[in-house]
Amino acid sequence: MDLKDKLVSSFLAFENRVDNDAYVHDVRSDAIKIFEENGFPSKKEEAWKYTSLNSVLKHDYSLFPKREEALDYRDVKKYFIHEIDSYKIVFIDGKYSSHLSQTTHDGMDVCLMSAALSKPKYRLVIENYFNKAASKDSLTSLNTAFSNEGAFIHIPKNKLVEKPIQIVHFSTGSEAATMLQPRNLIVVDENSHVQIIERHQSLTDNPVLTNSVTEIFANKRAIVDYYKIQNDNLNASLIDNTFINQKRESHASVHTFSFGGKLTRNNLNFFQNGERIDSTLKGVTIIGDKQHVDHNTLVHHIEPNCESHQDYKGIFDDNAVGVFNGKVVVEKEAQKTNAFQANNNILISDKATINTKPQLEIFADDVKCSHGCTIGQLDESAMFYMRSRGIPEKEAKGLLMYAFSNNVLSSVKIPEIKQRITKLIANKLGVNIGFDL
Amino acid sequence: MSKYTEDDLREELKTKEYEYGFYTDIESETFPVGLNEDIVRAISVKKEEPEWMTEWRLEAFRIWQGMTEPEWANVHYEKPNFQAISYYSAPNKKPKYESLDEVDPELLDTFNKLGISLDEQKKLAGVAMDVVVDSVSVATTFKKTLAEQGIIFCSISEAIKEHPELVKKYIGTVVPKTDNFYAALNSAVFSDGSFCYIPKGVKCPMELSTYFRINQAGTGQFERTLVVADEGSYVSYLEGCTAPSRDENQLHAAVVELIALDNAEIKYSTVQNWFPGNAEGKGGVYNFVTKRGLCEKNSKISWTQVETGSAVTWKYPSCVLKGDNSVGEFYSIAVTNNFQQADTGTKMIHLGKNTKSTIISKGISAGKSQNSYRGLVQVASRAENARNFSQCDSLLMGNECGAHTFPYIEAKNKTAQIEHEATTSKIGEDQIFYCNQRGIDTEKAIALIVNGFSKEVLNKLPMEFAVEAQKLLEISLEGSVG
Repeated sequence: MDLKDKLVSSFLAFENRVDNDAYVHDVRSDAIKIFEENGFPSKKEEAWKYTSLNSVLKHDYSLFPKREEALDYRDVKKYFIHEIDSYKIVFIDGKYSSHLSQTTHDGMDVCLMSAALSKPKYRLVIENYFNKAASKDSLTSLNTAFSNEGAFIHIPKNKLVEKPIQIVHFSTGSEAATMLQPRNLIVVDENSHVQIIERHQSLTDNPVLTNSVTEIFANKRAIVDYYKIQNDNLNASLIDNTFINQKRESHASVHTFSFGGKLTRNNLNFFQNGERIDSTLKGVTIIGDKQHVDHNTLVHHIEPNCESHQDYKGIFDDNAVGVFNGKVVVEKEAQKTNAFQANNNILISDKATINTKPQLEIFADDVKCSHGCTIGQLDESAMFYMRSRGIPEKEAKGLLMYAFSNNVLSSVKIPEIKQRITKLIANKLGVNIGFDL
Repeated sequence: MSKYTEDDLREELKTKEYEYGFYTDIESETFPVGLNEDIVRAISVKKEEPEWMTEWRLEAFRIWQGMTEPEWANVHYEKPNFQAISYYSAPNKKPKYESLDEVDPELLDTFNKLGISLDEQKKLAGVAMDVVVDSVSVATTFKKTLAEQGIIFCSISEAIKEHPELVKKYIGTVVPKTDNFYAALNSAVFSDGSFCYIPKGVKCPMELSTYFRINQAGTGQFERTLVVADEGSYVSYLEGCTAPSRDENQLHAAVVELIALDNAEIKYSTVQNWFPGNAEGKGGVYNFVTKRGLCEKNSKISWTQVETGSAVTWKYPSCVLKGDNSVGEFYSIAVTNNFQQADTGTKMIHLGKNTKSTIISKGISAGKSQNSYRGLVQVASRAENARNFSQCDSLLMGNECGAHTFPYIEAKNKTAQIEHEATTSKIGEDQIFYCNQRGIDTEKAIALIVNGFSKEVLNKLPMEFAVEAQKLLEISLEGSVG
């Protein structure tokens, strides 16, 4: 039985098991129909031209891991940004781990999706926001159909959340292969500010496929900073679908750091439903081996006087494949839009591949839109300069590559994250970049 | 009934011939509508083609039958019914008009603005002309000069008869029959086109242009062009003309193949100004063209195009940089106004080492038109030191048009250096104000600014062409100032 059939046939059992109200039930039933009709995307679809899911879908994934695993904090501490105090929402094999987590209901809700879906007091929020930003494509629908667990964050008006929130998904490999479908809903009301860090981590070499959906609503003048750290092991694949719905004068930024994983696909979608909105999409990708990272971004400018900034850097070694597919749509009404998109890539090995497709679709005339895209190598004269001053080749390369990706790091607001990323980059490049930030 | 004698019959035949003569001839040369193997065969017979060519066409036809129309382009139109078209009609010998007075005054106005001579105006508008002594003699003198150098420049059907070895060797090598829906269709039914061969080491002394081939005018909607530049040769080829062509054909599916052998250089310039449909978006030509060039070692192919016409344009002049050190260039201006739709761009396929390509694309959209750039830059894993620079600029006039950019960049070699940049903007109010202030009215100011915007591409056109193209830009955008 292939994965699609397995998913479709297990839907009923899943629906009976979770106890939800009629509204969510309808949403799920509609979603499974969309998935059943369309199945997994193939390379024939324009959006999946350069990324094939075949190698990922061939495993016989267990959809609902039975055993409950417990983890000791000391063993997994390194996967957290542990230097700072933070709220934590931790899942082990898709199940909430209360002893690793630190949630709150004090003046705001940092808790679980399963609670939000089932408790009457969240009913209004769910009906207003749940599945309202997510698109109706087949993978997102698949997640919607099986949506039950994940993070639920609701920040009320005029609240500055002082500690960042970490969402961490562990997979223990208790089954031969696991498929996880976390679903996050983040609602940030007027004038509030929140910082969120998300990470997926598998602890063994057993294959894991994560099909995650995150919906973020940034209401009037809200500020949302989201950091995605993707440094999983080589048998873990991630399809990350993020939808951000912005209201007027809100600022939202998503930084994606892709260093690990077998196949990573980031579908990042921004919808600007208001004036004077600012959206930032940044990413650093450093991969080697046979890794595959695909950034598929969309910024939809719907109303006037908005801005968007995109900056993606990629370094590809060995047989790695990088894909960047960035799309900026400017609607007719969205005059005075300022959209900027850049994608810079370095190929280190002869077998690495980069496919990039930065698209602009513009229907308004009074706009400033530009995109730039480069593929190149490390500057030989810069290499020579450093080597002539006694810096070994490896370190010199590392320094140059660090400098190359530094632009993206400069807009990271939490110093501890910056430090962590710097370490990860150094680690990835196999060098010791001898300075701290 | 009176006796019907042999004499009567003779008489009748005589009068009949007298009555219809030349007209009958024309009528019999228009085939019934629809497309099947018999029609393909009949076209081949009509053109007195050898057996291999007939087979080649039939094979293309069979391939075409198994294909579907491409839908990926960013254009929307009512699909033509391929069974409702007549696939062969001989050049129309009957003049459309008796004198210039009968011609649409709007058309004449445009001619005057473009500065086209009266004789040429007549020719373009399809007015009967007494004797085109000048042009004919020009054409023949040119032919003589070319022949002295060993250059073959003739219609493709002539080439199939006279130089079958060359045609057989090269036709379909760059754009295979299987390439795409329209290329397959063209391969099956192409009516005529040009063939050009430049022998080794010859530098073609003049710009070759379809202008001079009067006898091959009106070759119809399925044109096939094949240009072969042998080792070390050079040729500059001009296609189309700046004057608006009131062609009634709905569908144009042409194929152009360029082959630049070692050290050769081909410069191919196009000005396309087919009927774009009226201001309400009714009518107009569908232009679905496959153009591709193959570069061998150290060779260079340069495409320059100015696209102002057609209701729907679907055109991607490409270069396959097969040989080491070969160079591909693409310079394009695409102007769309009213309800026009253009999806145009290029493909640069880097296969050889040290290959270079440059893409400069300028899109100008006005009215309710949609203008897309779609390009591919591909660097194969063995193409060391490949270099590409692409620049796509779009200018929007008015808030009902759209400009789109779809660049595809695929690199498989670490030594590749690729740069791509695109911008979209409108004409600055300050720029217009500056011109107004100095006594230049808004319309003229816009023409000036557009000219400046497209300068990089206009500069690549042969001189006479550039002047006309410049005026053409002005005319195409007339009345688009809000």
